[in-house]
Amino acid sequence: MRRLLAGVAGLATAVLVWEGYKAVGAPEGTVVFGVRVLPRADDLSMPHLWTVLRRLAGPEMTGGRPVWLVVLDACLFTLGITAAGFLAGTVIGLVLATAMQRFRIVERGLLPYVVLSQTVPLVALAPLIAGWGGTLMPPWATVAVIAAYLAFFPVAVGMLRGLQSPSASGVELMRSYAAGWWRTLVKLRFPAALPYLFPALRLAGAAAVVGAVVGEISTGTRGGIGRLIIEYSREATSDPAKVYTAMLGAALLGLLVAGLVSLLELPLMRHRRHVEVVTL
Amino acid sequence: MSAPANSDPDVVPTSGPADTASVVVGNVTKIFNQGRSDEVPALSDVDLTVGSGEFVSLIGPSGCGKSTLLRLIADLIEPTSGTVTVAGRPAAQARREQEYGIAFQQAGLLEWRTVRRNVELPLELRGVGRAERRARAEEMLELVGLADFAGHYPGQLSGGMQQRVAIARALAVQPPLLLMDEPFGALDEMTRERLQSELLGICAKTGTSTVFVTHSISEAVFLSDRVVVMSARPGRIRASIAVELPSRDEAGRQAPVYFEKITEVRQALRS
Amino acid sequence: MRRVLPPVLFGLLALVLWEVLVTAGRVAPFILPAPSAIGAQIVEQRGNIGDAALASGANALVGLIGGTLLAVCAALAASRSTLLGDVSIPFAAVINALPIIALAPILNNMFESTSSVPRRLVTGIVVFFPVFLNLLRGLREVSPVHQELMRTYAASGWTFARKVRLPGALPHLFTGLRQASSLAVIAAVVAEYFGGLQDGLGARITSAAAFTAYPRAWAFVAGACLLGLTFYLVTLLLERLAMPWKRNLIS
Repeated sequence: MRRLLAGVAGLATAVLVWEGYKAVGAPEGTVVFGVRVLPRADDLSMPHLWTVLRRLAGPEMTGGRPVWLVVLDACLFTLGITAAGFLAGTVIGLVLATAMQRFRIVERGLLPYVVLSQTVPLVALAPLIAGWGGTLMPPWATVAVIAAYLAFFPVAVGMLRGLQSPSASGVELMRSYAAGWWRTLVKLRFPAALPYLFPALRLAGAAAVVGAVVGEISTGTRGGIGRLIIEYSREATSDPAKVYTAMLGAALLGLLVAGLVSLLELPLMRHRRHVEVVTL
Repeated sequence: MSAPANSDPDVVPTSGPADTASVVVGNVTKIFNQGRSDEVPALSDVDLTVGSGEFVSLIGPSGCGKSTLLRLIADLIEPTSGTVTVAGRPAAQARREQEYGIAFQQAGLLEWRTVRRNVELPLELRGVGRAERRARAEEMLELVGLADFAGHYPGQLSGGMQQRVAIARALAVQPPLLLMDEPFGALDEMTRERLQSELLGICAKTGTSTVFVTHSISEAVFLSDRVVVMSARPGRIRASIAVELPSRDEAGRQAPVYFEKITEVRQALRS
Repeated sequence: MRRVLPPVLFGLLALVLWEVLVTAGRVAPFILPAPSAIGAQIVEQRGNIGDAALASGANALVGLIGGTLLAVCAALAASRSTLLGDVSIPFAAVINALPIIALAPILNNMFESTSSVPRRLVTGIVVFFPVFLNLLRGLREVSPVHQELMRTYAASGWTFARKVRLPGALPHLFTGLRQASSLAVIAAVVAEYFGGLQDGLGARITSAAAFTAYPRAWAFVAGACLLGLTFYLVTLLLERLAMPWKRNLIS
């Protein structure tokens, strides 16, 4: 309820700021010392919100499908890629976390690189992975690889924290039951890790969306929302409202994925404490 | 064990004539969430007087309102009815004039300040000058036997040492009244007994009145001039037992009267 | 030594394995160039890599500083009222889950696409949310013991903020900054994939890839890695300097 209220209040503020700036801002923006510090407020750069909404209903090109349908289609296409990347990233993250928990030497050797992989902008690799499309795998899968690359990290780190979270007394209790590593993992470590896993999954979901959108753009994969943003932004001079419809689509996709991932934890987390997961 | 000898005149008793009461709690009732469905009566018709220089322990089962009573004296919460007087003034005024020092069950040190700067905190807030602050903090740390740790951070100290810093902080303003809410509750028995002796030494030296909340019978009997036994739901004072030990040291812990008083308090808690 | 050795050995092993795999397996360079080929390109292109890294680094730094300042002010303001915090935290958390980087083409329209402003703005926006969220959570999280203690000292709201709330939130601020520092570099590099001025690492990577000069593209990626690492390590260093009590705890 509170979140809904927050969403409505935030949206209303955003609308007010947008239309308010349009009303008072200089059409050519504000330039100080040759640098434009405030954006242009003309209809070309900042169309009215109702223009954007109206554009959603209009056809993409004369006589074509309505824009909202095209945007929705693109969202679903990217959602599929995001889901593939998210799943792959989660599986890799879980396997890595379990391996690091099992073998100290793997943790010591690998964990610095896992952290390193996120402090460095390896998303920059995206244009290079594009080369894999058509030879190693279908083009859409290269985008999923990028999404998976961004998604595995929070899962690996969050899950490792979770697997290591049981107290020494819990581990000793399992030992007194003569339970081996596997049974301790299933009976103690996995359940204890759940409160850490779900916040990590939420981060992974958001990361997978960014990976899919960026991936589509830099690999030039057609059909998704990322590509649509680029295509529409090229028409910005003739049809300024169009690119905003694609932006709305990207926001919708982000919300959709965040909502779906939150649904995952509902049945499992009802009686559990909530922890904050800090990955970096 | 005894605290290091200290002949500094600053630490001599600052309280007034011995016959004035340090704390007077008059007919106090406290009801949490009054008028709501989750109303909780915490204290009912409580009268308590703590004489100047007196050491009074509050003991009772959990939920008997002993911490509530201490917080009322500290003016951290306000009574539903009745009056609380500290050093002859209403509790709120006494708090603003810093008439008391307080220590909680958790040390509650600021982890980003060194031990010395933690002890300096209440002096800083009173606008005491830098040099005097430093001198006073070092004196207090000497008193609790932590002078060598002044430059350490709280994270580097054990739980017992942190608690001693908290006590030094409570004493830094040289308050005429010391309020303690189970300050040794989380410590092991050895540390606990050592700190009890240290506390008694400090109180004797400074002449502070003390209100001490605990759930340990032996601790209450060993430390106090008077043990106030409370009962729960709603919190009431059930008995007030005067304790006079031949001495407050290892011999005191072996004295027959010590065990008699422990039995007496236990029976008062049971009845 | 025991902490450093495993990762170093692991890294060397991975490099050797990579080299062997690529040369022995005759992997085409467009799939994966050999580390030796990339190394050669790094040496050959070091001037270009340095220039591009400087451009991207400046964008990332300006965005990081601007976004952080704004986020700190916003978090301080929002922490003044419980309601404002309750409303802004979930809202900011939702926005943080959106692909903010996709704002780049719009900003290119709103400002000149030939200036550095759009890239820096995207970076600033990306940076804003983790810093804001973490700091605000830290500011709202005050231990009840400290709260009571300051009340017994009859401390005013401002004194309370200065002595307890602000220093207590410092670790949270740095948690946000750690995330933001690497995000800033990523945003500054990736924003160039969306058009706009093309003088940074992102543009170099795409153009090298377009010319099928894959080892050269990887060399620029290596430059981007180095830049990201620098940002992260400097943030870690600042964190240790700003919070000596944590450092002493570890040693």
